[in-house]
Amino acid sequence: MNCVDFDCVAKSFDGVVVFAGIEVGCPLGETTAIVGASGSGKTTLLQLVNGLLTPDSGEVRVFGEPIPHDGLEQFRRAIGYAVQGAGLFPHLTAKANVCLVANLEQWSPDSVDERFLQLLDEMELPEEVALRYPRELSGGQQQRLGLCRALMLRPKLLLLDEPFSAVDPITRVGIYERFEHVKSKEGVSGLLVTHDLREAKRLAEYLIILQGGVVQQHGQTQAVLNQPANDYVASLVASQLA
Amino acid sequence: MRYKSSVAWVVALWLFATCLSVAAEPIRIGSKNFPESDLLAEIAAQLLEANGYEVERMFGLGGTLICYEALTNGEIDLYPEYTGTLTQSILNIRDDRATLDARLREEGLRLLSNIGFNNSYGITLRKSHAAELGLEKIGDLAQYPGLKVVVSHEFIDREDGWAGLRVSYGLPHEVTGIEHSLAYRALQDGAIDVTEAYTTDAEIEVFDLMVLTDDKRFFPKYFAAPLVRADLDVQVIELLGELANTISDSKMQALNAQIVFDKKNEREVAADFLRPMLGSRGLAAEFALPNWGSDLVRNTLRHLQLTGAALLAAVVVGLGLSLLVYTNKGLANGVIYVCGLMQTIPSIALLALMIPLFGIGITSAIIALFMYSLLPIVRNAVTGLVNVDPVLVRVATALGLSARERLRHVLVPIALPSIFAGIRTAAVISIGTATLAAFIGAGGLGDPIMSGLSRVDVNLILQGAIPAAVLAIVTELLFEVIEKRAAKRS
Repeated sequence: MNCVDFDCVAKSFDGVVVFAGIEVGCPLGETTAIVGASGSGKTTLLQLVNGLLTPDSGEVRVFGEPIPHDGLEQFRRAIGYAVQGAGLFPHLTAKANVCLVANLEQWSPDSVDERFLQLLDEMELPEEVALRYPRELSGGQQQRLGLCRALMLRPKLLLLDEPFSAVDPITRVGIYERFEHVKSKEGVSGLLVTHDLREAKRLAEYLIILQGGVVQQHGQTQAVLNQPANDYVASLVASQLA
Repeated sequence: MRYKSSVAWVVALWLFATCLSVAAEPIRIGSKNFPESDLLAEIAAQLLEANGYEVERMFGLGGTLICYEALTNGEIDLYPEYTGTLTQSILNIRDDRATLDARLREEGLRLLSNIGFNNSYGITLRKSHAAELGLEKIGDLAQYPGLKVVVSHEFIDREDGWAGLRVSYGLPHEVTGIEHSLAYRALQDGAIDVTEAYTTDAEIEVFDLMVLTDDKRFFPKYFAAPLVRADLDVQVIELLGELANTISDSKMQALNAQIVFDKKNEREVAADFLRPMLGSRGLAAEFALPNWGSDLVRNTLRHLQLTGAALLAAVVVGLGLSLLVYTNKGLANGVIYVCGLMQTIPSIALLALMIPLFGIGITSAIIALFMYSLLPIVRNAVTGLVNVDPVLVRVATALGLSARERLRHVLVPIALPSIFAGIRTAAVISIGTATLAAFIGAGGLGDPIMSGLSRVDVNLILQGAIPAAVLAIVTELLFEVIEKRAAKRS
């Protein structure tokens, strides 16, 4: 069983083909890393999952269901989304950022507070950050809050678009730990887009190596790293993990 | 018996209705924005009031075009006009009274008997300067192409003004425009050499000016007379007829001098003029001369009303429009272009264009101000919305916010500083532009400025200009405070 299936998915922008027909799946309950260089199409692939982009042909299925045409908002609320640089709304406090959609969903104030504090705790953020605005927070704190926001509605699937690449290496390791902790605790599947194979090795059980819109190799992380299927994957592994 | 009583009832009712209609429908009198026109209109107003009519004064309208438009559109019932202006400038017909009367009848208007004087145009310069150059006739000017000729804006373009004069006399001068009353000052100071005069202007005597002979008889006669709507009450027309031939050229010059040089109010001058004429009838009531303080309050409140209403409408429409079009770059540019186009229409022209649609008065002024306010509001709002970081928009979408929720919770709050800056600019522009509303009888702080300009009365100008400036500054500060508060929050 997969959390996401790409079934013969094709996508092009203004005549430039990004994918001619991708056929790959991401296992349920695991974190799948989509690894590739800039322009490999990895972010496009991610945005096909929550309907930010629509495939020209083929089908994307999430938990076995095709992406709905109507009620896309509700569908998206069931999927967490975090991006590089956190993408916090500058006019909202940390708490308002994290709880925005829960409030739109008309959660009771108590359950909003309870969930918010739980996430702060899990991400090891002090309670004082709640009323601060993003510009008053460090890059690491912002990134953790971005993850809190993605997790707020208890999604079963998280989409992560290089959310760790804008913070320094020491901070990054801390966030990795918190992410792994929260992932296992909440039982969430993940799709992580990254150009960093070491990050993929650290966080993902499953790997999809993408180049020029074509899947070069996919499989369990260790298997891919141990037995690269072609020269491209072999050189990627050699250059990044040497 | 029964028949008789019902007739009596009908007659009584009819009389009652007539009284009511007289009471309910005041006679609306307009005037152009210079002292002589104001005075003639005030004389007509007091004459009617003395005979029991209620009068509404809509004085100081911005020039011939606006007065005439207002009259033909039924916004006013009469205003003082000049025969030459009608034949040459408005109707473009032969300058004789029979042709004029026939043509006015077609327009549903009627020019009553001449008040007496002929206030023609003349070309004037300092007597000493004329003697020095040996100038006597208008044609003599052609020998001195270097003379600095500055005339009123209306005169430049009129066929019976400079446009025709230069052709008729072969004058080579490049002319520029100036407010008529200021031209005399400039002439006296030597800043300009030649200007046009109204021959009843008091300044000709007082400033020792010479009016050059119009040997080609270029200028037509400009006999002043009440121009009324043909459907005006016959008794009112009859009453106004009493003004026929009551003011000679020299008398008019003297009356103008009382206003311009003795700084008397036109109400006083009109009352002094009418008292001997009315005899036992007497003036309607002793009127209160305008009071400095209450005028200030009234004008300021009106000014706020004009700008406030226009701004509110522009905010609602401008923001609504911006939210509708900002996602479509071509459409947004189109809207900004149209708003920009409105901004380029000169304010006086825009106000004049409003009259056939919305009449004279505050509705037209508010709509014109509204149109001027749109551009800064729309441009800033669209810019603010378009410049929101696309990553934030993508995140908001991915979090499951609907288009409406994205606008409400993300786009508008982030664009707010820019939106606010647009509203602030629009507010300050409106406060400035609203002074022109006086041209179409909408009142406000432009009223004292316009009458001050036409009377060269600096005090009067400042009574409008200072509060207008204060309003603009207070508005700026107010917005600054609000913006700071908003910035603190975000």
